[in-house]
Amino acid sequence: MNNAKPLRFRNGFVVPLVELPHLDYAEFSESLLAEVAADARIASYFGRPLADGLEIYAILAHDWNGELSLLRTQVNGSFPSLTPLCPQLHLFERELAEQYGVRPDKHPWLKPVRFHKTWIDAADIWGRPHGKHPVPGDMEFYRVDGEEVHEVAVGPVHAGVIEPGHFRFQCHGEEVMHLEISLGYQHRGIEQMLIGGPHPSTIYLLETSAGDTTVGHATAYSQLLESLAGCESPLRAQAIRALALELERLANHVGDIGALAGDVGFLPTASFCGRLRGDYLNLTAELCGSRFGRGLVRPGGVGFDLDGTLPQTFVERLKILKRETRGAIDLCFDAPSVLARFEGTGLVRTDDAEALGMVGVAARGCGLVRDARLHHPFGIWEGGFDTPIIELDGDVFARGNVRRREINASLELINQLLRGLPQGPISQPLGPLAADSLALSLCEGWRGEVVHAAITDAVGRIDRYKIVDPSFHNWSGLSMAMRGQQISDFPLCNKSFNLSYCGFDL
Amino acid sequence: MIIRLILHLALLLLFAPMLNGIIIKTKALFGGRIGAPLLQSYYDLARLWRKGFVFSRTTTWVFLAGPVVGLTVPLLASLLIPFGALPAPISFEGDLILFVYLFALSRFFTVASALDTGSSFEGMGAAREVTFSCLAEPTLLFVLLVLARLSDGLSLDTLLGSHLLTAWHSDAGASLGLILVCLFLVLLVENSRIPFDDPNTHLELTMIHEVMVLDHSGPALGMILYGAALKMMVMGALLVRLAFPWQTGWWLSDALMFLAGLAGLAVLIGVVESIMARLRLPRVPQVLVGTMLLSIFALVLVLR
Repeated sequence: MNNAKPLRFRNGFVVPLVELPHLDYAEFSESLLAEVAADARIASYFGRPLADGLEIYAILAHDWNGELSLLRTQVNGSFPSLTPLCPQLHLFERELAEQYGVRPDKHPWLKPVRFHKTWIDAADIWGRPHGKHPVPGDMEFYRVDGEEVHEVAVGPVHAGVIEPGHFRFQCHGEEVMHLEISLGYQHRGIEQMLIGGPHPSTIYLLETSAGDTTVGHATAYSQLLESLAGCESPLRAQAIRALALELERLANHVGDIGALAGDVGFLPTASFCGRLRGDYLNLTAELCGSRFGRGLVRPGGVGFDLDGTLPQTFVERLKILKRETRGAIDLCFDAPSVLARFEGTGLVRTDDAEALGMVGVAARGCGLVRDARLHHPFGIWEGGFDTPIIELDGDVFARGNVRRREINASLELINQLLRGLPQGPISQPLGPLAADSLALSLCEGWRGEVVHAAITDAVGRIDRYKIVDPSFHNWSGLSMAMRGQQISDFPLCNKSFNLSYCGFDL
Repeated sequence: MIIRLILHLALLLLFAPMLNGIIIKTKALFGGRIGAPLLQSYYDLARLWRKGFVFSRTTTWVFLAGPVVGLTVPLLASLLIPFGALPAPISFEGDLILFVYLFALSRFFTVASALDTGSSFEGMGAAREVTFSCLAEPTLLFVLLVLARLSDGLSLDTLLGSHLLTAWHSDAGASLGLILVCLFLVLLVENSRIPFDDPNTHLELTMIHEVMVLDHSGPALGMILYGAALKMMVMGALLVRLAFPWQTGWWLSDALMFLAGLAGLAVLIGVVESIMARLRLPRVPQVLVGTMLLSIFALVLVLR
């Protein structure tokens, strides 16, 4: 073994680019595969165009050591794909191919990801007409042939008010043999717009990169900028961020359980959870004026303080909400007709979840302990979080039950935060950002781990900003969950993952 | 005769959309909401009727035949069935077979109009509808056989005559109880209610009946909704008469008792929809086969 020992860091690190060794691609892939074999998983994988080729950065998470390792290499034109040996890379490599016109050789599933023009002046590897915007969903779908096989195409316009995405099912009767998901309809080019920043608009772009994870993405970004500037936000600000993050988790989890109940036609929980979700969102609005937490988290601290009688109001409201939430949710989880729908539906095996690099609620529902608050603590959680929640079954019930238990845990965490709210300022000015450096920040959003990475140029401006929403890892999990299932159970499975379309499309 | 016919149709045409209103109101109460007004279904029908037709270029006349047949069939079928103690305007020996297969006719046209669009969803919905209704059909026939055994005729009017009250108190009471359950389940299946189908869902992949009418709009959709309401009332009439076989002899109180029975049935459907989740699709045929066995058992009990 002559592979270079990769550099290891903790969450929130900044490393000057000069300290990062340039590996040649063979060395890089060997080290990467060795790391993955030693229980690391891909947290982020992205390219940076140089004058003479493309630099690839791989960030791997060693969860149980609480460490992240970093590898860098350079490729030109085409390179051997690592996907056959490390399936969790498949979307990342397709992304590189689409963004920079490079070709991962022998990639088993080389199709466009978001349907946009190449970012640099390079030929499109699928030969799509140069200079014209590609049509989303215009690709060769996987097809199963046979007389009794039929194809069902759903979306991008759906019957409900949800985000656009295209789903292609290959079915035998009511049974799904394969589901292929094609997204990209909401691609806005956020990462491209961030280059040259931080601009005044940067924080707003990040807050809307996945609207339901506003606090998650804004926290990840703020932490990133703080580490690049070499300062730390005040403790009170960190506590308020954590509080907002848990409120976001509560609102979304409660809404998800309501939606799960709605999908199986179980009326009471669907109705009550819809209302309760609004109550949690309103709490966030009390704090910062926006139900989704817009404007709350800012680099250097938070924009709004939890002052006056607000903490007391929160405690009282949460006491009532806790009782009502438990009542509404237990009703659903105690109903045999609901359990008959949830249990055994949409199974993902633990091995598959691990191979696909799933994160967040979906991974924890498959028995994988993956929680950035525990493994890669940030903000107030450093040393303060010890209760990750896992379920072993990997079905809709498991994902629902992870949410139910996390709701209870989050209510407890918020209570603790409100009781021990540190005193002090809520914000402090940021200094200039470190030049020629790479910074990384992880944050456990409600859906799973949000990973932001940034590389700065010689004057401390952002040269490359990479966002990985948990949905990016987990959409393939949904495809796997549908294999051999009833097509009529798809909406239920989809809801149990509840992944973001815009967080994927960026 | 003419007056009886007019009264029969007036009851049906005026009261039918109310049933859906009662169901929605009941569900709203369980959901902690005030809910839409009781007359919402009427407003919806009026709104749809004022709209124009939109037809896809790929469809043919079959596409419109579905809603038209779907509306006329329940009207025809209603003439064969007594509304509570009010006798059926048209009655002849063997009309029960016509009654059952009139609904099969409307189903055929609904399915044909769904297939006419060429959409994969509608094809899926049509396949499900046909599978489930061909499993529900034997149950309905066995139920009618039980009733025929208990009466001395083969017309629905005789089947649901005043002898039912004495039959409930005789040995046949158990059978009547069983077929009442069977009829209720058939009613839920045929009217695409929870736990078999979810009339409120917007998820095209899980729908059964709703997905077949996705492409209909305006007056055509109005006809489908009105036809569905009429169908529910006609099938409900069978159930209500069986459950409340009393009669006062005066047409007004009989009519009111019948309507009260229907309202009670609507509340019951609303309660079932509020406290149960939908069945998984593969479970639906199993339940229907179970219902069929139950109705056979009821028949065995009265035959012995």
